[in-house]
Amino acid sequence: MIQTLFGSVEQEPSLLERLKSGVAKTRAGLVSRLEETLAGRKEIDADLLDELEYTLISADIGVRTTTEILERIRQRVDRHLVGDAAELRGLIEEHLLEILEASDHAPPLVKEPPAVVLVVGVNGAGKTTTIGKLAQRYKAEGRGVLLCAADTFRAAAIDQLEVWGQRTGVEVIRQKPGADPSAVLFDALHSARARKVDYVIVDTAGRLQTKANLMAELEKMRRTAGRVVPGAPHEVLLVLDAVTGQNGLEQARKFTESSGVTGLVLAKLDGTAKGGIVVAIARELNLPIRYIGIGEQVGDLLPFDAAKYIQSIFEP
Amino acid sequence: MFENLSDKLQRIFKNLRGEGRLSAANMEAALREIRVALLEADVNFRVVKQLIENVKVKAMGEEVLAALSPTQQVVKIVHEELIKILGSHQSKLRFSNDPPSVMLIVGLQGSGKTTSTGKLARWLSRNSHAPMMVSVDVYRPAAREQLRVVAKEVGLPVYTGTEQETRPLDLARSARREAANSGRDVLLVDTAGRLHIDEDLMVELQELKEQFSPVEILFVADAMTGQDAVKSAEEFHKRLNITGVILTKMDGDARGGAALSIRHVTGQPLKFVGIGEKLDALEPFHPDRAASRILGMGDMLSFIEKAEEAIDKKQAVEMQRKLIENEFTLEDFRDQIRQLRKLGPLESMLSMMPKVGMLKDLKNVKVDEQEMTRVVAIIDSMTPRERANHLIINGQRRRRIAKGSGTTVQEVNQLLKQYGEARKVMKSLSQGMMGKKLGKFKLPFM
Ligand SMILES: Nc1nc2c(ncn2[C@@H]2O[C@H](COP(=O)(O)OP(=O)(O)OP(=O)(O)O)[C@@H](O)[C@H]2O)c(=O)[nH]1
Ligand SMILES: Nc1nc2c(ncn2[C@@H]2O[C@H](COP(=O)(O)OP(=O)(O)OP(=O)(O)O)[C@@H](O)[C@H]2O)c(=O)[nH]1
Ligand SMILES: [Mg+2]
Ligand SMILES: [Mg+2]
Repeated sequence: MIQTLFGSVEQEPSLLERLKSGVAKTRAGLVSRLEETLAGRKEIDADLLDELEYTLISADIGVRTTTEILERIRQRVDRHLVGDAAELRGLIEEHLLEILEASDHAPPLVKEPPAVVLVVGVNGAGKTTTIGKLAQRYKAEGRGVLLCAADTFRAAAIDQLEVWGQRTGVEVIRQKPGADPSAVLFDALHSARARKVDYVIVDTAGRLQTKANLMAELEKMRRTAGRVVPGAPHEVLLVLDAVTGQNGLEQARKFTESSGVTGLVLAKLDGTAKGGIVVAIARELNLPIRYIGIGEQVGDLLPFDAAKYIQSIFEP
Repeated sequence: MFENLSDKLQRIFKNLRGEGRLSAANMEAALREIRVALLEADVNFRVVKQLIENVKVKAMGEEVLAALSPTQQVVKIVHEELIKILGSHQSKLRFSNDPPSVMLIVGLQGSGKTTSTGKLARWLSRNSHAPMMVSVDVYRPAAREQLRVVAKEVGLPVYTGTEQETRPLDLARSARREAANSGRDVLLVDTAGRLHIDEDLMVELQELKEQFSPVEILFVADAMTGQDAVKSAEEFHKRLNITGVILTKMDGDARGGAALSIRHVTGQPLKFVGIGEKLDALEPFHPDRAASRILGMGDMLSFIEKAEEAIDKKQAVEMQRKLIENEFTLEDFRDQIRQLRKLGPLESMLSMMPKVGMLKDLKNVKVDEQEMTRVVAIIDSMTPRERANHLIINGQRRRRIAKGSGTTVQEVNQLLKQYGEARKVMKSLSQGMMGKKLGKFKLPFM
């Protein structure tokens, strides 16, 4: 008998052993085991639910959303609405699809060009690269595009955008490093008007959502855009790195507050990360996912396809 | 926002009849909350699982200490387990006997390699080294130009290469020659960002390693990384045997659970953290701070630990309980001021807290000893009832206290106001929401 933090307990020699084997089991390639279980097993038990939980949490969907999904499944199992393990994956997919489709709404129609697209996000997420790829897409649609180098802060950020301008054959409006981002934006919007382009895509400096002064700078840019072009910015894209974990939700919240995010871009999905935080973001902030980034080349931007995306969550 | 872990645990334990009594059943509930907290902090699922088992075993074996509330003890065990994984202070770099020491900076795209290269160069040169930098990122637009600008900013040499030099190995070779010729003792090699599943680019790193025998291969990871951190870190380590980790973007509000995951799968020390975009924003890694942050508790715990050293244990534990449970009276306020004197300068206590937002400014605050004496005098002049409950201190009492302590009513008012603020801050500290309220907050002797 030993006195422990949790009351007196009989020292069970087997306890430690049990714990150890439990851990070893979970380590043995769960994702593939999930596939196996789903295919072969009929019975829905705690182990299976554990594995489903692992799959969802590993995709960065988050504990809350995961718990909610599993709760729903548990209820259906209890009410004997599902008895077959093989149906589970379908159920989860359905639920995820519901969330993503509910938040899916088209960007506003712009009656009079230029359409102003403001691209925001934390440091290193993939903004500038996404802009290069977007420029290419718009051009391929036969549109006139202008890029605005409003990241005047980071070392060589302007040069980086300039290279993308050259690659895509799109003009870049720039000023000197250190210039006021809103001033560059002002310039770019006037040029866009004069040149009658359809799109202005605005690159902004990466910033962590906790930096109040930098977030205020985005608000200012929004106001500037609206003053020069009524209704601008028409689209505000928040770029998220697919490896981002639970902090992504705070990012989406804060950027939406300060810059009125209208859609997400999930960059770097060509890695092994699933970017599941977008599910939580879609659910809580009702933001649609517009594009996914799948590489560093100019063509590596695809429109988001919810069904395909959900499939990928279950792939190892 | 997030409810602090200790608040949650407290709720669990309070819901039980006869608070403080624990059973296997509420242990389960407590462990569930700890699990959720760790997952919300992005600690990898598998790592969490193992951690929980460790905590469970440890909690079962732990003797109940009368002075500790269950909440505190559980939090303490978890905190200790986290520190155990995170390792000890490890900001030391290795150097070769045959300079220049080559250090490879590697990692995923956008993690902060180029910026960290500049920061490290600056750090090295301030620690009596003579670093040179080179970018072998021949892929990303303006990547080499970026390092050039960074180098100029820190006023240290960078090998920029010729137009013809467009291969990483060539660039590194010339840079090493240049470094040796110009008497530089360290060569920092900034590499292109790459995915751990990009075979060609991973082979490129292996070749760099083979040819240049780097003394350090530093894996740069973003603090905001989620569950996938284990996969990339594991693969980089498998290919290269990394020697350390730099965790960037810790100036935000990411809880940084990836640190735990990366450390867990690589076994390599976290050496530095990046805490800003500026090139002086690099710090040695502190496991205790990181652990508190993962739990969302600011740096309260390391304050308590330090306090434990200076003050006798029982008192410290009691103070911790009060901080957590918001029972911080004027008497505690006075005791704390007295203990602070034993702890050493207040500045050092403040420096233990995460450097976010307003706290940065607080670091330079000077402590006024006279003020401290006055505050103690004012509180000494209160009755025990007044110290236990500041709300009863009305105008009449204020006048009496002022007279008794040889101060003015204004000074008493000011102290009460500051105490009110301090209580709020203590509460928010324990909720890990530091920085927000601290702007207004000043201890009376600052
Ligand atoms: N593999 C992969 N890499 C990407 C993708 N998108 C961007 N990157 C890379 O990620 C890194 C950062 O991209 P940037 O476009 O510079 O990111 P940013 O958000 O503009 O960065 P800051 O302006 O510094 O905040 C670069 O190395 C890009 O090549 C993607 O979809 N896949
Ligand atoms: N807030 C903050 N930003 C950082 C920190 N470290 C780097 N950054 C920013 O993160 C972004 C990416 O940093 P880089 O140094 O370009 O990253 P990289 O790993 O070299 O990127 P690639 O070469 O494109 O793979 C830039 O905007 C940096 O200013 C940090 O510690 N805090
Ligand atoms: Mg950029
Ligand atoms: Mg770089």
